[in-house]
Order: sequence, then structure tokens, then C-alpha cells
Amino acid sequence: MGWFKRSPWVLHYNATSCNGCDTEVIVSLTPLYDIERFGIINTGNPKHADILLATGSVNEKSVQVLKNLYEQMPNPKVIVAVGLCAISGCVFQDCYNVQGGVDKVLPVDVYVPGCAARPESIIDGVLKACDILEEKYAQRKKSYARTQS
Amino acid sequence: MNSIYELYQSLSILERMLVFLVLAPFVGGFLAGVDRKLSARLQGRYGPPVRQPFFDVLKLLQKERIVVNKFQNFSIVLFFLFTVFSGALFFAGADILLTIFSLALAGTFFILGGFSVGSPYSHLGAERELIQMVSYEPMVILMAVGMYQVTGTFKTAEIVQHPGPLILFLPGVFAGFLYILTIKFRKSPFDLSMSHHAHQEIVRGILTEFSGPALALIEITHWYENVLLLGMVYLFFGFNPWIALGASVATFLFEIFIDMNYARFKWQLTFASSWLFTAVAGVSNIIVLHFIK
Repeated sequence: MGWFKRSPWVLHYNATSCNGCDTEVIVSLTPLYDIERFGIINTGNPKHADILLATGSVNEKSVQVLKNLYEQMPNPKVIVAVGLCAISGCVFQDCYNVQGGVDKVLPVDVYVPGCAARPESIIDGVLKACDILEEKYAQRKKSYARTQS
Repeated sequence: MNSIYELYQSLSILERMLVFLVLAPFVGGFLAGVDRKLSARLQGRYGPPVRQPFFDVLKLLQKERIVVNKFQNFSIVLFFLFTVFSGALFFAGADILLTIFSLALAGTFFILGGFSVGSPYSHLGAERELIQMVSYEPMVILMAVGMYQVTGTFKTAEIVQHPGPLILFLPGVFAGFLYILTIKFRKSPFDLSMSHHAHQEIVRGILTEFSGPALALIEITHWYENVLLLGMVYLFFGFNPWIALGASVATFLFEIFIDMNYARFKWQLTFASSWLFTAVAGVSNIIVLHFIK
């Protein structure tokens, strides 16, 4: 059994968001929502994180940063796209400078809709991501066992 | 009342060390959990379960190993070994000076681990850790000197069984030790080098490049260290085990309270204030003791 469900550490990156979803991510840390009660910590360090919360429509400048952050995270890792911009680009999708969603750049596992996404749905998304983390850990373990035998 | 000491004396040195090795991580982890729960309650939050630190460590052990260079984990393993060694020495009743210096050596290896990687955040954290070490080390040594003046021995086993209350002879030294204990526990206002909450400022400081199992090892080492430090608080009240245990727990709760109430100091203020406190409370206490003893 994995312990990822009990202690998912979150890294939050703002990939050209309007700051709406980011505020909601921060709001979920406050006493009203208190995501630490699930053992979730907002780390700010990719090397300690299990879940990457990406917001915004991802423009040319933030693509490389997003990829770097993802590559620095140790396996198993999960990406959660928070907000409509991160899902599809929303109203910015036709802009010349945006990629139109996090999944154009990296493999997204959980989509959290909303403009801005509500703290409740962000918490729900992170907890869904925990299940995927557990699955990825089980797969890694299986493939590791296969390479050993 | 003295059954604790009778039990303690019935154990051989190796058994005492073994008891520390086995029990300390559980006590330390539990204290860390209480710390997080209580901090959350003081902030009006519900907080994580008390077992949360154990979940964190178990999860970190399951993460992928990412090692930046050969020396990184080497230093951390030595940090772990020397902390455990000094704790085992302390609880076996050995020389308190040896305990203090091997703890300082453990801290040095931790700093070397921080310097061995390329990240500027890690270097900044390691430099701050050095400053912190310079700040607290004089007071720790003064504590040993003060205890020697009262009891006439450096042996922990004899200090703890000294019939007179050490706290009445060493109130200044205890106050000074309490002050630097905040640095050792890595609590605000002295959480300069690797704070849980400093991510806006220096990411995770000295811990930036440590991930997965290495980070879990650091966390476990920190638990051992906390138990050892609370053991040192115990020495001041050794005349009565129940008062001493109560005082150790009260000290820990007091540190949480301080942590919640202060913003982080700059390193200049950390350094100047802890040396000033060491001089005023610690040194003056020892000078007075020298004349009245």
C-alpha cells in the first residue's frame, strides 16, 4: 500500500493565469477550508512535491518553466490543471501567444473546472489526484519488480 | 517516585542505548504531530491528524531517489548517525560534553550536505545554518559548564540523579538554554535555514535539493534531535522525575507558542540577540555561581 493518499504535497505554479485560480488555491489553505487537515502541504519546492497544480493558459514564456518544474519532481507525480484556462485556454484560446491549456505541454491527470475554480473543487481534484498517485506508484512497483526478475 | 531511576539503573549501557534508538523516533514523531495539530488549532484551523508526520515519512520513503551528487547522501547519513550517537550517549548516561560536541559534528555534516549541491537556495540555507550554529553553540557549552559547577561532574547519569534542584542554581542558564532551544527546534523567529513556511523566501533552504528517502532520513534525525534536546531540559529538573517530565513537555508547548507568535528574525538579529542573551543570562549566572559555591 502507498502512503500518498495520506500525505500529498502540492506544488503550485501560475502559468499565465489571471491570478483568480491562484487566489482560490491559496484560499484553500486558510482556516475556512484548511487543506492541511488532509495532510496536504503547499511546498513551493518541486523536489518535495507529489502533485503539480498548474493554473492559466500557458504562454510561450511559461512553457519551459512548467516543463522544468515537472521534470524536477520525483516519481510518482501527478498534474492537476486548475481552472478553465488550464483546461482549454478558455477565452484566451485564440490568442497568438498561448498554448491553450496545460495538456498541450504536459500529461494532465485531473481537470478541475471553474472560472475561477472554487476551493471545494480544487480540494476534490487534489484528493482525486491522490488516487492516481497510488495507481502510478503501484505501476512503478510492478514494472520495477519486472525489471528485477 | 524514584521508580524511573531504579528502572534506569537496572539497565546496562547498551540496553539504555537500545531503548533510546527504538523509542525516540516514536516519541519525536508524536511530538511533531502534536506540534502541527496544536499550531493549526492556534491559527483557528482543524489541522492534520497527530500521526501525520509518520505518514509523511512513510510516503517520502516510497518516492523516487534523486541524488544530485555522491556527497549529498553521504553527509546526510553521517548527520543521522552522529545525532543518533549523541542521543544514545546522552541517554546511556555518558559525558554531556561528548554529547554536545558530537551533536555539533552532526550539525556540521548537515551543513556540508547543504553546501555539496549546486542550488543557491541550498547554499543560502547552509550559510544561515552556520550562523545559527555560531549563535547557539556558546550557550549549549555554558549549560554543560553550569551543570558541572553545581554537581561537580559532566556525567549525565550523575547529573540527573543530583539530589538538589539544578534549576534553582541555574535559572539564568536555563533561560538562555530556552532561548537557543528555539533555534535548535527550528521554530520561528529563528527558522532561517529550513523553515516549513519559508518557501517564498528561500524555497526550503538547506533542504531544497533533498528529496524522497533522504528527506525522510532528515525528518527522522530531527525527531531524534528533539528528544535529545528535551532530555537536556529534563536534566535541569532531575530532582523529581514527574516535575522534570512535566517541564520538558511544557517547554515543548512553550516553543510552539513562541513559534506561532513571532515573525522571522534577520540573521543579524538572531546572532546578536542570542549572544547577548547568552552573555546576560548564561555568563552572569555562572559568575554568580562561582562566587556563592
